[in-house]
Amino acid sequence: MTRSRFVQPLLFYVFASILAVFALIPFFWMVSTSLKSKGALISIPIEWIPEKISFEGYSKIFTVFPFAKAIFNSLFISVASTGIVLVSALMAAYVFAKIEFKGREAVFALFLATMMVPGQVTMIPVFLVLKEFQLLNSFTGLLLPSVFNPFAIFMLRQFIKTIHNDFLDAAFIDGASQPNIFLRIIVPLSMPIIATLGIVTFMGAWNDYFWPLIVLSDRELMTLPLALSSLNGQYGSEYNTLMAGSLISMLPIIVLYMFAQGFFKAGLQMGGIK
Amino acid sequence: MLTHRNRRKWLTIILFLLPSSIGLLVFSVIPIFYSLVISFTDWNGLNPWNLAAGTPDFLGFGNFKEILAGEEFWRVLKNTMYYIVLYIPLILVASVLAAVLLNNTYKAIGLYRVVFFIPVLTSWVAAALIWKWLLSDDYGPINAILGFVGIDGPAWLQDRTWAMPGIVFASIWKDMGFFALIMLGGLQGINPTYYEAANIDGANFWSRFTRITLPLLSPMLFFVLVICIINSFQLFPQVMIMTQDAGPYGSTQVMVERIYKYAFKYYKMGYASSFSWILFVIIFAFTIVQMKLQRKWVHYDS
Repeated sequence: MTRSRFVQPLLFYVFASILAVFALIPFFWMVSTSLKSKGALISIPIEWIPEKISFEGYSKIFTVFPFAKAIFNSLFISVASTGIVLVSALMAAYVFAKIEFKGREAVFALFLATMMVPGQVTMIPVFLVLKEFQLLNSFTGLLLPSVFNPFAIFMLRQFIKTIHNDFLDAAFIDGASQPNIFLRIIVPLSMPIIATLGIVTFMGAWNDYFWPLIVLSDRELMTLPLALSSLNGQYGSEYNTLMAGSLISMLPIIVLYMFAQGFFKAGLQMGGIK
Repeated sequence: MLTHRNRRKWLTIILFLLPSSIGLLVFSVIPIFYSLVISFTDWNGLNPWNLAAGTPDFLGFGNFKEILAGEEFWRVLKNTMYYIVLYIPLILVASVLAAVLLNNTYKAIGLYRVVFFIPVLTSWVAAALIWKWLLSDDYGPINAILGFVGIDGPAWLQDRTWAMPGIVFASIWKDMGFFALIMLGGLQGINPTYYEAANIDGANFWSRFTRITLPLLSPMLFFVLVICIINSFQLFPQVMIMTQDAGPYGSTQVMVERIYKYAFKYYKMGYASSFSWILFVIIFAFTIVQMKLQRKWVHYDS
């Protein structure tokens, strides 16, 4: 017994610290690199801590690229797409959870079945359709597909199903209309899941690369991941600039995480889908 | 006869389902069929359809035959398998280890939880840029550390053998915290009386882990395995950012990267669509096989 009292915490701290170092070294290297001058990048032996602090990378990223615009674009796109996903999915989820009609389960099954098909199959036709309507290289084109999110519908439906029917029946007898019930009862009672889903959707949109890469080509419209990948193409060896940009791009999500850890955990655990 | 109330009910249903139903049709159902049609043609996505003039030309299964007969597809599949063979065991071990560690009550747990989780929050683009720089042949810390213990590190992303392992390390780093979180949910669901009984029987840590934890965690392991394999076939940003032209001698070319290039760089929409259907079939087949195999090793606690 005395053995395990010492050995177990020791083992815990040893292994946990090994994993923690593995998780942190890349961030340490990113921060350190972002504070180096271009010349210090190729010093041998490598400088773990910059000998001379330089903000060259930070100033360069805002001069060679409309990076402030990219921050704004990311913010706008993430907020807007989260809003669209939540509104559209909440409305559908309410019907699938609480309003019975013939064929409802079949329609719902169709919604879910589309999740089996990987995005790579549909992206080419969606691209072609957007092109036909001249919506390529526009925020509208980027945002429109958010209107259909079967995963969000499924999660919201599961939650709304657990809301007691007595609430709804009482409101119905009092003469409340369906939109009223939806706005006054369903939405407020679903707030925990809305927050959780909202945060996960926001993070997904903030970090998304594939879809913006296909839709956007104008530098002025690029989101942060796209801006970084475009800078990687042009300034692929100027790591102080690239690391400065990477650091800036991840700060908002990390701050959000600090404030809403529980929602992140719940959100990622519930779906297991990134 | 629709009563007034009934009419209002249907109005609500239609109104509330309208946005997502239009989305379902325009962004999922129609594209699926459209993609299937395109996959049988040589369409470049630019010329207007004029079937009489043979634009696009219908090739039947021509694209599919060309892809499967070509050397490229099998190389791409081999690259993906190389990734899977390295990634799957490593991610399972790392995330189970992290989850077992986090399933404790030590004081520092909260801090470790945050640290393990930060990579999950970063975008793949930022993560890939960091790893590209970490793995730099001459100026990267990984080879510096290896040099410190007397190992002459490879050129990683510039080396046809080591480029894919480099991408695997980046993926492990990025995904560990996420799957640890999923596994942690599984661990916390295990009934503590099993452990109490094992302790009375004098079982040590290892036998508790292999006889109780792993079997009862197996549904979660199965779930993670299925997701990991699907994700492995959809490998993309890592390859695009870390190895700009998909690696030396195409050593990091993977399916989604090929589909992207064929569709949006070479405008071979038909060919790319066929490729995407082959990807779908492969993912589907792998998932079905795993569903069948799960009966042999997944243990559901009843």
